[in-house]
Amino acid sequence: MPKTDKNGLMKSEKQSSKTLLASLISILIGLIFGAITVWIVGSLSPDISAKDTGDGVKLILMGLFSTGRSGGALTFGFNPVNFGNMLFRATPIILTGLSIAVANQTGLFNIGASGQYLVGTCASLYIALSIPSDKVHPVLIWLIAFAVSMVAGALWGAIPGMLKAFLNINEVIACIMCNWIAANIVTWIFDASNLKNTAEGTKTAYIYKTTYNNVATSKMGLDKIFPGSQVNGGIIIAILICIAMWVVMSKTTFGYQLKACGANRYAAKYAGIADKRNIILSMAIAGALSSAAGALYYLAGNTEFYWSTYQSLPAAGFSGIAVALLAVNNPIGVIFAGSFMSMLTVCGTQLTYLTPFNEYITDVIIAVIVYISAFSLIIKMLLNRKKEKEYDKRDGGELKTDKETPAKAERKEA
Amino acid sequence: MSFLIRQTLFFAIPLMTVALAGVFAERSGIINLALEGTMIFGVFMGVVFCRILQTAGLFEAAREAGNWQALQGYLLLALLFVAFSGAVFSLLLGVAAISFSANQTIVGTAMNMLAPALALFLIRIMANQNVLPLKNGGSATFFMIRKENLGIESDGFFVETFVNKAYLTTYFCILVFIILSVILYKTRFGLRLRSCGENPQAAASLGINVFKMRYIGTMISGALAGVGGFAYSVTSANTSATGEVAGMGFLALAVMIFGNWKPLNIALASMLFGLFKCIGASYTVLDINGDGVFKLAELGISAHFYRLMPFLITLIVLMLTSKNSRAPKAEGQPYDKGMR
Repeated sequence: MPKTDKNGLMKSEKQSSKTLLASLISILIGLIFGAITVWIVGSLSPDISAKDTGDGVKLILMGLFSTGRSGGALTFGFNPVNFGNMLFRATPIILTGLSIAVANQTGLFNIGASGQYLVGTCASLYIALSIPSDKVHPVLIWLIAFAVSMVAGALWGAIPGMLKAFLNINEVIACIMCNWIAANIVTWIFDASNLKNTAEGTKTAYIYKTTYNNVATSKMGLDKIFPGSQVNGGIIIAILICIAMWVVMSKTTFGYQLKACGANRYAAKYAGIADKRNIILSMAIAGALSSAAGALYYLAGNTEFYWSTYQSLPAAGFSGIAVALLAVNNPIGVIFAGSFMSMLTVCGTQLTYLTPFNEYITDVIIAVIVYISAFSLIIKMLLNRKKEKEYDKRDGGELKTDKETPAKAERKEA
Repeated sequence: MSFLIRQTLFFAIPLMTVALAGVFAERSGIINLALEGTMIFGVFMGVVFCRILQTAGLFEAAREAGNWQALQGYLLLALLFVAFSGAVFSLLLGVAAISFSANQTIVGTAMNMLAPALALFLIRIMANQNVLPLKNGGSATFFMIRKENLGIESDGFFVETFVNKAYLTTYFCILVFIILSVILYKTRFGLRLRSCGENPQAAASLGINVFKMRYIGTMISGALAGVGGFAYSVTSANTSATGEVAGMGFLALAVMIFGNWKPLNIALASMLFGLFKCIGASYTVLDINGDGVFKLAELGISAHFYRLMPFLITLIVLMLTSKNSRAPKAEGQPYDKGMR
């Protein structure tokens, strides 16, 4: 299978301000596309009034500050529930984003974050619900569950890593297969388990909440700041993990070796770096991070896992791609990109509550952002165009020739 | 047995079509990871098209008049419309990957995210729920071909398996599959297309327009993926759009790899994977030789096992063939005229 073109993913530091601008342009285009979609759909649909359409556009842009409606008009202001929920929903996608960012830095496209997320979810829930909390302290159960889920994720992530290292199988295809294998295995494990929620008869295909066994992530005081929201200490753990990964990737020899393998596997090998070991390790790290995402989301105690998941993969894995692209693979940038993405989710929820539109517009916006991010190289070239024309004719001219090509070739044929 | 073959075909035919979609893109040098997304988009557009015809009262009128040929005609129209929509959707990939040298993996992933999101956003507004079905009925009401329609009275094996309770989509897809396979492998155009996926610079040196060929490959790919998606929806999802196709697009990717990018192998691979999918979906009610004994259910192997087999097999095949994979050499690489 093919080599993924990493040009769009690897950035030199010199270009970082341009890169940030490219990310902001992606976000802007995504938001505009979302707003236009709402506007068009609202205008075309006979059931949706012009006022609702206007409200929809407003909520897409400022949904985080929505405080509901009073007298028919939308009201805006600081809403602690929205902010808390934003942080809570940011937790998993910050970590899947970090997972994909770290893999990207080492030259691997980890599209398998969804599967690793599921493996982490499965391991953490299984342990959190299986160890009786009247015999073992719940905090200890939480720690074991979190640790085991990361180990399980690391092992699962190492599979495509090993296939890449030893057999040179493209990690994208291997990860896609692993995703669906994971989805089926997880469904199988829970189907055969006695953890299915039978206490609440109205719910089908859900696992018990971890609070059923008194296990839940500590709030760490955040519920005082954002009362009424789902927030808990998970976001703090996620941020700490991001900082730790930043240190590992930027300040240690190990991180440098990983990145060297990503830049050029064979050159790294020539320089005496164990390329195979490093490819496996970076996928294992990526797997552990995605698993941690699943564990933190479902150990929260106020979330429920829909176990019959064999027909669909969790969105967190794919949102992570958007997060990593926006953050340009920077472990610290991931925190902000993840928070931004989850802000979009909060906007989507507000849209569902307050207008005839629904939360799926968030996913549309995220998809557009990912799509535009694939053009980041072009956007940067356009930004550079003026400057580079002055001292480097070749680079500035490249875009031109690309554009002229179809016309030229047609002439040739004629 | 008839039931088993019929059900297997319901899964295998869409798989085969979508896998060929993957082949067309990859043979021209573009990796189309967006197969799943294109299928979802195709299903949505097809269902919307049918609902528009229904709003005009065409379906109901034809059904009351007992005019089943007209209904098949409408289905054919829907298929053509879906093919067109799929081709247009795949332009998202084409423009990005061919004209702008964007990263094909990321673009494909973005399209896989975009299609279900857009479909569900619109479905929720149109139907106020997450499913967009046909009005007053489904596949069986409007599209199923019964032997009475054709005036056949026999209940022989052949009639029961391939004629009774069949759908036009199945035979449409088989026909398209054969025609396009021949075009890809036996015509000058096909050779030119394939050369763009192997060595575009050499192809260009012989006067082939690589950009044009890649656009054609990608658009055929999109059209086929859309048709495959809609065929799946008609046969297995009661012609409803739900914003997902149960991972069939990725399964098709697996079929393509397992079939080594060759049509005949792909047809066989899709039968095998279709069989797994069919057993996984309905093994408890499968009575293979009609003696009232449910062998597969008695074996006691979990349905989940059958469901994950195709993906596991593909992974194993990848391992075994990694040394001599027949994947198109230049796939995934943006075409750069200056490169050698």
